[in-house]
Amino acid sequence: MSTAGSPPAMHAINGLQIEILSRGNGKPLLFLHPELGLDPAAPVVERLSSGARLIAPSHPGFGRSDVAKSQTTVDDLAYFYLDLLDSLDLRDAALVGVSFGAWIAAEIAIKSTARLSHLVLADAVGIKVGDRETRDIPDIFAMTESQYLDVAYADPAIGKVDYTARPEAELKIVARNREATARYAWSPYMHDPKLRGRLHRIRIPTLVLWGDKDRLTAPEYGRAYAAAIPGARFEPIERCGHFPHIEQPDAFAQKVLGFVGGSN
Amino acid sequence: MKVFHFTEQAYAPAWNDHDGSLRVNLPNRKCDPKIAADNYHRWYDEWALADELGLDIMVNEHHQTATCTSSACVITLSILARETKRARLLVLGYPIGHRPDPLRCVEELSTIDVISRGRLEMGFVKGVPYEIPVANTNPVFLMDRFWEAHDFILKAMTSHDGPFNWEGEHFHYRHVNVWPRPYQEPHPPVWVTTGSTSQARRLGEYGYVMATLGSGYATKGLYDAYRQGYVSKGRPMPGPDRFAYLGLVAVASTEAEARRRAEHVAGYVRTSSIVHPPFRNPPGFLSADDNAKLLKAGKPPARTFTKDGRAVDMRTGSVQDLIDAAIMFAGTPDQVYKQLIDFCEWVGGMGNLLMMGQAGFLSHADTVDNLTLFAKEVLPRLKDYKQPTPASIAAA
Repeated sequence: MSTAGSPPAMHAINGLQIEILSRGNGKPLLFLHPELGLDPAAPVVERLSSGARLIAPSHPGFGRSDVAKSQTTVDDLAYFYLDLLDSLDLRDAALVGVSFGAWIAAEIAIKSTARLSHLVLADAVGIKVGDRETRDIPDIFAMTESQYLDVAYADPAIGKVDYTARPEAELKIVARNREATARYAWSPYMHDPKLRGRLHRIRIPTLVLWGDKDRLTAPEYGRAYAAAIPGARFEPIERCGHFPHIEQPDAFAQKVLGFVGGSN
Repeated sequence: MKVFHFTEQAYAPAWNDHDGSLRVNLPNRKCDPKIAADNYHRWYDEWALADELGLDIMVNEHHQTATCTSSACVITLSILARETKRARLLVLGYPIGHRPDPLRCVEELSTIDVISRGRLEMGFVKGVPYEIPVANTNPVFLMDRFWEAHDFILKAMTSHDGPFNWEGEHFHYRHVNVWPRPYQEPHPPVWVTTGSTSQARRLGEYGYVMATLGSGYATKGLYDAYRQGYVSKGRPMPGPDRFAYLGLVAVASTEAEARRRAEHVAGYVRTSSIVHPPFRNPPGFLSADDNAKLLKAGKPPARTFTKDGRAVDMRTGSVQDLIDAAIMFAGTPDQVYKQLIDFCEWVGGMGNLLMMGQAGFLSHADTVDNLTLFAKEVLPRLKDYKQPTPASIAAA
């Protein structure tokens, strides 16, 4: 579809300017990034686009994408992506999300899978598993940077960033991503109380991938997610924390492409 | 000039016994209710004295913090509405963006205005960042909620012909008809705090009293923005009564004694920002542009300056630094008067001094003397002081 290494382009979707990274050919694979956004130079982009037509938008409010005042919930994002699937006329698409992006993917799939062939949820947030006094997901907004890195990565050094060395335009995207995460996930914190009870509606092949060292959402949380989706398969990724597409891009892409049937 | 006596009602013993965070997560085991009870009764005695001395009274609220044990300002206002005789009762502020139910806010404030026979000054605030983890309000939408609550409260206070309907973005009611209605017509005066020029301009357009805290010699830019907003609505230049400034005050008959008291009062600015770091900057509290600058710099920008532009860190600055930055007014009555007038001239007129006359470990005896000396030696001169005129401000 597009040439290797081309930067994300802006597309008008529902009157919003949305940044979309498009790369590779073959089966459409809609990738929904986590709360960190998506670095176009990340190795996972190359890996996934080697076996599929990768379509990776920045969610409304993230990256350089606009956000409408009325978009305040993950439910709103799910409807937005159903419109995006129509707008780009994607058919038999694989829907792949990581963490916050996997939450959006699950909210899309309970509404309609008409344009979807496969669903992959990696280290998803979005459901309530524990009791009311047990927070399933640690409060990332109450953590210092080093506390966050310790729970988010198997190897915290992988996530470490020297912000003072980055250009201000890039830092604005970091700030927008953090703000947009709060916009959608502040309260109820990182979940939709109704989602778990609706996951049974997902009737397409579903793979639940999980970092075996994920300390932000523990593998038991992932197993509860998989158990709520009929026929879903749970697979751990070794030596990996909450962001497998960053920490183990090869294993992540291999498992995703193998499952969705892209050429690998 | 009006002068409002203010204390944050700190639980000062905790200042020496915390684990790097005085707010949000300091276990309340460290609060001895017997000490807290003594504190409250003592502060009510000091407010009664302020009322007798001709001072007005300001109260505020914060939550889950040893820096301020006024967690429900309506309780303080309710008691003062009955116990005081003449003082204006300023709440600055009431964090209306955090309140789940603005209808309840109208009921509380209207009742207090009625019991006090029209002495309520109604200050609305956004709240400091550390209020967010406690209230759990989404910081991204906080100011939207604030302005919708503001619109609703004023509508409810000024609607007298039966129920109205409200289906907003954040609040929903079908039959709004509040009893009692406020004593003052059309409603108690509105005050708002700010530290941003865009908000200052908006407050000027409304014509509300604008208060700034800790802004020192950066205050003038905020006042100028307010004045622009004020005249943009076809009004003449605003008078000094539209401006309020929070200053720490320590006065005594000798400079040495005043400096001793000032060290205690300065405890407020030295402890105020001791809080678990992530609670200092919730997502969306600042704009993405401001957060990008913050990440690039790796530390927060200075916001308090002396007249000649020297940055003062309020957490570590000496009493002299704080005086130089107009955060604190301290010395003999003559000195304090001169410092205050100097500040008023610099900002182009300021008609409401929010005087932190008690903070932290400043004892009851010291506070009584601080307030009494101020009221007898400084206040009469401030009342006589001729503020800069609109013409002189326009010419500056």
